[in-house]
Amino acid sequence: MGCGTSIAIENQTRPSETDGSIKHPSPALTMKAAILIQRWYRRYVAHLEMRRRYTWNIFQSIEYAGEQDQLQLSSFFSFMLDNVTQMNGNGPDLISHLLDSVVDPLTEEVRQLKYEQIVVSESYSGPRLSFPLSVTDTNALLSAFKEEQTLHGKYVLQLLYETKKFLKQMPNVIYLSTSYAKEITICGDLHGSLDDLLLIFYKNGLPSAENPYIFNGDFVDRGKKSTEIIIILFAFLLLYPDHMHLNRGNHEDHIMNLRYGFTKEVMQKYKTHGREILQLLQDVFSLLPLATVIDNKVLIVHGGISDKTDLDFLSTVERHKVKSALRLPKRSTDHLNVRSCSRSSSRHSRRSRMDSPCSSGRSSRASRRRKKHSTKQGSCSSSSSSSSSSSSVCSPRVSSRNTPRRPPPSPSLPSPTDVLQVPFLDSFVSLEPPEPPREELEWQQVVDILWSDPKNQNGCSLNSFRGGGCYFGPDVTQALLQKHDLCLLIRSHECKQEGYELCHNGQVITIFSASNYYEEGSNRGAYIKLGPELVPRFFQYQVSRSTRKLTLHQRVRVAEGSALRALKEKLYAQRSELMAAFQQYDIDNTGRISTSEWAQVVESVLRLDLPWRTLRPRLARLSADGNVEYGSCFEDISPGEPIPPVTPNLAETLYRYRTDLEIIFNIIDKDHSGQISIEEFRQTWKLFTSHLGVAVNDQTIDDMARSIDFNKDGSIDFNEFLEAFRVVHKLDVKEQQQG
Amino acid sequence: MADKYSADTIITETQKRISNAFDVFDHESNKTVDVREIGTIIRSLGCFPSEADLHDIIAELEEEEPTGFVRYEKFLPTMTKILLERKFRPITEDLLLQAFEVLDQQKKGHLEPEELTKYLTQEGEPFTQEEMDEMLSAAVDPDKNVILYKDFVSMMTFDDTR
Repeated sequence: MGCGTSIAIENQTRPSETDGSIKHPSPALTMKAAILIQRWYRRYVAHLEMRRRYTWNIFQSIEYAGEQDQLQLSSFFSFMLDNVTQMNGNGPDLISHLLDSVVDPLTEEVRQLKYEQIVVSESYSGPRLSFPLSVTDTNALLSAFKEEQTLHGKYVLQLLYETKKFLKQMPNVIYLSTSYAKEITICGDLHGSLDDLLLIFYKNGLPSAENPYIFNGDFVDRGKKSTEIIIILFAFLLLYPDHMHLNRGNHEDHIMNLRYGFTKEVMQKYKTHGREILQLLQDVFSLLPLATVIDNKVLIVHGGISDKTDLDFLSTVERHKVKSALRLPKRSTDHLNVRSCSRSSSRHSRRSRMDSPCSSGRSSRASRRRKKHSTKQGSCSSSSSSSSSSSSVCSPRVSSRNTPRRPPPSPSLPSPTDVLQVPFLDSFVSLEPPEPPREELEWQQVVDILWSDPKNQNGCSLNSFRGGGCYFGPDVTQALLQKHDLCLLIRSHECKQEGYELCHNGQVITIFSASNYYEEGSNRGAYIKLGPELVPRFFQYQVSRSTRKLTLHQRVRVAEGSALRALKEKLYAQRSELMAAFQQYDIDNTGRISTSEWAQVVESVLRLDLPWRTLRPRLARLSADGNVEYGSCFEDISPGEPIPPVTPNLAETLYRYRTDLEIIFNIIDKDHSGQISIEEFRQTWKLFTSHLGVAVNDQTIDDMARSIDFNKDGSIDFNEFLEAFRVVHKLDVKEQQQG
Repeated sequence: MADKYSADTIITETQKRISNAFDVFDHESNKTVDVREIGTIIRSLGCFPSEADLHDIIAELEEEEPTGFVRYEKFLPTMTKILLERKFRPITEDLLLQAFEVLDQQKKGHLEPEELTKYLTQEGEPFTQEEMDEMLSAAVDPDKNVILYKDFVSMMTFDDTR
């Protein structure tokens, strides 16, 4: 059919208008022309759809790969612990600061008085809250935030303080009924996107007694208006305590906030009171309820469940003790007195203490393994539009990306066969490892609720990507729902293109409320309305920054551009490894290898499960003989301003670990001033590189430190330092210059 | 380097391309795709089948008892054959332009949205309203409210083959 028809058309459409009169083509010809256009257009749309899909895959793969970056960070923490003696001076202080909670020296009453006494200058034109809050206050907040105003630190502190008081009396699991209201609205992740929250309020109305809401966690991080979002949500919480409900998400966690942007946002907006606000937030976040149940039939949690989830046990958990999912409960081994033992048994004790997700004293082995397998993943791009998302707790293994759903054999609790060897008098005594203390079981319950994801296959396996929580199958869902006589599980935690998705035979709904999460046009947001008949209704929306509606292909192009940029940065971050591997196939040094070889190398070095052959035209050039010019993958990107003592290799390493370094610096910078001392910088950098197995000589570090100490006062502005390692996309620059 | 032009290599490369495309739509990672995506996959591999062509292919690919899913083991040989035989060859820019010119009976150099809609939703293998709306949103010149098909064709071809 194909070829024949087109030739026929070609013959017939030879122009033959000699007299200018209107020629009416035969109906058959018209039909053929129509079919041709339709065939062509449908093919075009299919190609667009393919591009849209792989764009989505790229964003998700990078997100999941980024989680393995976090692995290095958390195993770095344990490495630091193991090597605490090597860190002279700063040692215990630094470690304890990392891992222990901040002790609040003030009593409640004193604190409250202190806030009341904060003076707000006359020139402040933003909302002034008065407690107890009224509708006037919430309206004032909404207007102010629409006008891009910032709420004064005094009111933020007071608001957080009142919220903390309020939340303390809430149970872990909140039971609601639809009988008094028409419908309950359930929203998912917002991630700092104020536009989405305002759009929801616009479409669905503000929270009130007639219009109750549940927000299912992840209010903060990634977006730039996380502060405004929690202010609004907490204000409504205080105003309508019976009709506004907030569940904790995995991002309501101060260590996550260090990585994913909320801490930075607070410190930038609140220079005077930022630190205190962050301290209060730690408490508030940990006091947020963990679950909501509607009509004893619908369970709502942020992440999901595991085969160990038990609502009755969950109700008894001391939730405020789990300040962060990344802070593991210290296993109490005092009664074994293991610490004073020889090195090997003290390693055991640390193993049992840390054996949840964080790699336990295996950092040296882990780093050797990493070197061998070249699994260093580049840090995600830090450009403003694109994402670095990925949330994870520490994950102990770098599992093979080729079979992403294969669970690693890493127990969160020591297996029963592990036996502790404890010296007693002159011999070793075998002891059963202690039963996991309650604290650890509680931690497990909470982490499962906040971090788990549903999967299609039966069973419950450890969520190796995120490093915490489980993948739970339909059977686990079925079992839990039956156990508690429930009919539906609503959760969030995962971005979905349509804003929501059903799975497990309709027993699980994922609801996600941040539209354009990866990039403009990447996905819709949605919310659910649930009435007494408990049949969910879905409402979708998408925030659009441009006033003119983009066509489908424009949207795809924008999202695709962003995804490809992020992907190219990943390639750049591993440039030397890639080039070395390419060259192994290119013995004659022609600069070219086959498509197959190129795809193989990229897949094995980057360990991203992507359709490389489909993507190749967007990433690398072909030569005249049909081979790939492998150097062309890197042509698009150039490094930023170089710092003299920094060699290209070192620059690449620094670029790759930007995100991790940023977090570490943020932690060291206890007073959030943006500055750390040269000594702290040196020590941290040394530790980090030795942990990674990267050789950097002392002299280089010293030179580097000195040269970035711009005002020669012995301290380094690490934000400036990190800025130096941004990369520039040359094509973007060209477009900007031409545009 | 191995001889890149051997038949085996070509077949292997082709199959890997097919595998890549298939995987993009294999949401459950179990080597099956929804039968409704088959058209998209085939087209994204560079083929221009008509709806009738697709109908035939899908009939071939479905199980005896249709499950709504197509398995990779069945898809691969069928698709390999299609690609190696170069069935459903691309429609060139020139050809496409000529097709528009046929529809432009009065030789105006442009088409009214209603004209194009009439043809494409009533003739041939009709568009759905959604397909028509989407095409119009890309094709209609916002100032003149007509379809300047020559520009449209070159723009789309450029975007498609970039």
